[in-house]
Amino acid sequence: MAPDISLWPLIGVAVIIAGFVLRFNPMLVVIGAAIVTACAAGFGVAQTLTAIGTGFLKTRNLTLALILPLATIGLLERHGLRQHAQAWIQRFARATTGQLLIVYLAVRELAAAVGLTGLGGHVQMVRPLIAPMAEGAAEARHGPLPERIRHKLRAMAAATDNVGLFFGEDIFVAFGAVVLITTFLHEAGITVEPLHVALWGIPTAIVAFVVHALRLWRLDRTLAREIAAAREDAQ
Amino acid sequence: MIFSLANLYIVAGLVLAAVAVMTAIDRQHPRRVGSALFWGFYAIVFLAGDHLPPTWIGGGVIAMAVLAGLRQVIPGPHALPTAAEYADCARRLGNKLFLPALAIPVVAVVVTLVGKQVSIGGLPFLDKGNPTLAAIGVASIVALALACTLTRETPVQGLREARRLLDTIGWAFVLPQLLGTLGLVFSDAGVGKAVAWVATHYIAIDIRFVAVAVYVLGMALFTIIMGNGFAAFPVMTGGVGVPVLVGVFHANPASMAAIGMFSGYCGTLLTPMAANFNIVPAALLELPDKNGVIRAQWPTALTVLTANVFLLYFLLPSP
Repeated sequence: MAPDISLWPLIGVAVIIAGFVLRFNPMLVVIGAAIVTACAAGFGVAQTLTAIGTGFLKTRNLTLALILPLATIGLLERHGLRQHAQAWIQRFARATTGQLLIVYLAVRELAAAVGLTGLGGHVQMVRPLIAPMAEGAAEARHGPLPERIRHKLRAMAAATDNVGLFFGEDIFVAFGAVVLITTFLHEAGITVEPLHVALWGIPTAIVAFVVHALRLWRLDRTLAREIAAAREDAQ
Repeated sequence: MIFSLANLYIVAGLVLAAVAVMTAIDRQHPRRVGSALFWGFYAIVFLAGDHLPPTWIGGGVIAMAVLAGLRQVIPGPHALPTAAEYADCARRLGNKLFLPALAIPVVAVVVTLVGKQVSIGGLPFLDKGNPTLAAIGVASIVALALACTLTRETPVQGLREARRLLDTIGWAFVLPQLLGTLGLVFSDAGVGKAVAWVATHYIAIDIRFVAVAVYVLGMALFTIIMGNGFAAFPVMTGGVGVPVLVGVFHANPASMAAIGMFSGYCGTLLTPMAANFNIVPAALLELPDKNGVIRAQWPTALTVLTANVFLLYFLLPSP
């Protein structure tokens, strides 16, 4: 059956995939995909530039909340914030890395669920506080950490922030996703209450918490073995 | 509005302009012209974006991507304190160091809750359209004042530190915004409609379980490709969700949409395209593997995604 709409814009999706597989610079891949897609849809030069320009202006709100706290965090880091966080957690010799991250996961997810998405974030919390704390807790139990384990714990701290944020914010009624969902369904002729959308997010939010918390709990169980293995590799 | 998004864009633009100027006059910077141009263009987008023709902005964005692609955007030299100086400072300031960092979320929450009703001289205090973002702006300024008082540094030193952090992240800082832009260009160009046509014409979508799996996995897959669940949602829900799951199998639209969006978020956990969640933190945490955060996330993401398929399937009313 012949499509009654143009399939040519799909070339943009192919450009994205090819660009990432070939490991080109992601900025070039994304802008290339935008230009190719616009051309495939029959846009002229001016229309293509306008589409990219207006899009870039509309999405400034995505980076605003990242730019504004930079000066504060930078100053605090220059004055030993990360070093202090590491020293601070080591007083809690009984808290393990996994327990610490489970608590952070719970706080992050619950806070996001009531709209407090600002409580956390990679620039604001993970780099200065959570990652050094996770490393510090492991160090207090197992001694100096091999680099590989150190990197793994940092990655897990960032992952915990993401999981908490994503599966918390979508059950907040006023969050953009819920607004987007109700607006889109309304356009499609279906009326739903924002509250119902938010409530139907709860089962998945609970699954995400349980799954990730179990992985963090297991992290504690396997850490000693992994550290021993990493030390052996290093020798 | 006092703390309107437009005003906060100016503040952000000034920070970026300062970074550009500091880079331009840094004689030790190995690529100072390219890096200064990159941050300079970006500053102009925030400072004057609304007053310039969109074609100019589009051209500037392409120039920024080319500068990044030609490896012109790299960090400058930054003199850091020694380990002993760090430890000394940390001991002296102690727990007070946490205060400005925690002040950002706490002040943001208080300002969001209280500030919505406040107006000064007839002007509302916060942006009506986006009070949360405006409140984060207020909180950042309060926190900077606290940090300067505590460390006895000037805001100018704060800008130098902002430059150091931006240098660590580099061009990846702009990637999320560029991806959002791509999503908008895709929808202008009709990519969503094309995908919906393909999905409904080449897959046995009249089988209940297949339809559910196509919707849930399609949300994840499209988010993986585009890095943005918001961009995937109109594509998959318009193509499969509404016509098939609701239209044929009578799914509850609210539960379908909520689970669909969360499936998109599982995709976000899996993709380097969601740069600000996956690639930027890897750079921030100085991981040697830029996909290190994704490696830590995939078991959680795939388990939740599988759970979503079954959840949505069992929530469908029985035939």
